[in-house]
Amino acid sequence: MEPQKEYVLRTVEERGVRLIRLWFTDVLGKLKSVAISPAELEGAFEEGLQFDGSAIDGYSRVQESDVLAVPDANSFELLPWVDPSEPTGRIFCDIKSLDGSPFQGDPRQVLRRNLQAAHDKGFTFFTAPEIEFFYFNNASDRKPLDNAGYFDLTTLDLGSGLRRRTLHMLEAMGIPVEYSFHEDNASQHEIDLRYTETLDMADNIMTLRLVVRKIALDAGIHATFMPKPIDEGQGSGMHTHMSLFEGDVNVFHDPGDVLGLSDIARKFMAGILHHAPEFTAVTNQLINSYKRMVSGYESPVYVSWARNNRSALVRVPIHKAGKASSTRIEYRALDSAANPYLAYSVILAAGLKGIEDGYELPDEADENLWSLNREQARKAGLQRLPQDLREALDLMEESELVRDVLGEHIFEWFIRNKREEWEAYQRHVTPYEIERYLPIW
Amino acid sequence: MSPILLFPDPPPPELIQSLDMAGYAWKAVANAVAAEEFEIHDGWGGAILVADQDPDAAFSLARALKKRSEPIQNILILINGGQLNQLELRDDLYDDFCLTPFHPQELQARLNHLFWKGGQGTRGNTISYGDLVLNVETYQAAIQSRPLDLTYMEYELLKFLVSHPGKVFSRETLLSRVWGYDYFGGARTVDVHVRRLRSKLGEEYAGLIQTVRSVGYSFGQSRWSS
Repeated sequence: MEPQKEYVLRTVEERGVRLIRLWFTDVLGKLKSVAISPAELEGAFEEGLQFDGSAIDGYSRVQESDVLAVPDANSFELLPWVDPSEPTGRIFCDIKSLDGSPFQGDPRQVLRRNLQAAHDKGFTFFTAPEIEFFYFNNASDRKPLDNAGYFDLTTLDLGSGLRRRTLHMLEAMGIPVEYSFHEDNASQHEIDLRYTETLDMADNIMTLRLVVRKIALDAGIHATFMPKPIDEGQGSGMHTHMSLFEGDVNVFHDPGDVLGLSDIARKFMAGILHHAPEFTAVTNQLINSYKRMVSGYESPVYVSWARNNRSALVRVPIHKAGKASSTRIEYRALDSAANPYLAYSVILAAGLKGIEDGYELPDEADENLWSLNREQARKAGLQRLPQDLREALDLMEESELVRDVLGEHIFEWFIRNKREEWEAYQRHVTPYEIERYLPIW
Repeated sequence: MSPILLFPDPPPPELIQSLDMAGYAWKAVANAVAAEEFEIHDGWGGAILVADQDPDAAFSLARALKKRSEPIQNILILINGGQLNQLELRDDLYDDFCLTPFHPQELQARLNHLFWKGGQGTRGNTISYGDLVLNVETYQAAIQSRPLDLTYMEYELLKFLVSHPGKVFSRETLLSRVWGYDYFGGARTVDVHVRRLRSKLGEEYAGLIQTVRSVGYSFGQSRWSS
């Protein structure tokens, strides 16, 4: 048996673990869990745990509904918030078909496949997200818990207490946090994770979302990663910093370049910019996602890149002199409701395509893009990101790249599911319409 | 159990390999002064002195270790067959000996027996450094008796570092010794795991793993730095 598995089995025994939660993710990015007893863990390692996947979003198939959850021994952690008298572990799973092949509907397998494609070219893909979210009293009351702003240090701020407890839990689970602070908006918070290899990072994001919600819930508070929960104010983005390494060398770095950016970095960026409109449905998957992507609210609107311009889609942060390894780019459209496995897959694949086909990077956007009107943007040759989910789906449906990245199964299911979501929304008469039209028309 | 003192510095690679594989913590010293300087509070767990190159220096160190008010127990001499006469009249300076070139399993059996006699258990199944204890049998780590919940690679990295206190390792060395040569991730993997380990050790103990600028990492208090 592999030492990793032996280690987990031994730990389970030594620590008297009572329950092991097998975690996996559906196509929409919701965390799923099935609990097994320690006695079943060894069997799960060897053969996988068989279950009926037909009720999981995006897992259903025509012929065969059973799939296998195979625990990934590297991801075993004890849950730090569980009563120590009843230790409980969690472990992420890869979902496989009964014949042992990777299951096409599993987002973690999609990311594995795309990271492997990068590995085959010699690259390791590192990511570091900045995750924003809100605390509210409950899911139907959007009254903020505080009136603080960016970086505010507040004394009687319930949210800060929650955030501190959340950080302790994350650190205890081996998820190092780089920064955490009160965000711009009342009741809005941000947690920045330290970079790591992207499969681990996607697992970490799933864990973080659960921990944030769980700690809030214990205090009777509702935490939400909804991209745009309030009309006036910032939405919750998940800006992500990324870099490619070849062994120990950051291949985004070139000391001879004005911006310190290598040819590879430029082509990678060009790839992302070129394909961004096609994959936005994946990185911004909710109808609500597009209410965040409007001018003036820290969210990009146009396909663009820049150094010190927060209105750009891709930003090149200035790194400290001599820190070649921290050369990176930041993708700013992603929101906190994205499925990290799928979102990082499409971004990575678009970047790699840019390198492979030698895409040309357009000029840097040096003006504030939020202040441009339609005409100015057109003259500047700026392409808009899709403005609603329907447009994003139209663009995605035409995309060979996204189809390849996600695989036929997820691609087809995603488009179908999201079209239904859009149609349901279209039929809905919103309070906005009632308020505006009913009195007058 | 506390680290084993090794002489000479550097010790023969095959000795290092045998001890690492058996999970013994060790620290190499060049002479009696270094043996004092690098000793931790709990004292040396034992000593392995390789005498086949420079018997005089090895026995002089053995004498220094045995002459203390609290003599070091468990001194094993490694010597080649042609030098057995060197052992005569020096029975008070060592507890056992083993012929070079040694067989790894014989060495381990002799160490097990020595430590059993010394009341330190039948084998080197725990490695400790201050408040930190690793049990290599059960894969468990604890700090001040508080169990640490580590993943396999975090545990392996910590075990390696604790086994070589005070020694500075480059990321590449850690990668090849802990992960194995074929691991793909590159040296950044080491940084990622060190951060994870530090966050699990908690604020008070995070400093046990030190970043050595533009070199790599080392483990232990500054007292151990060489």
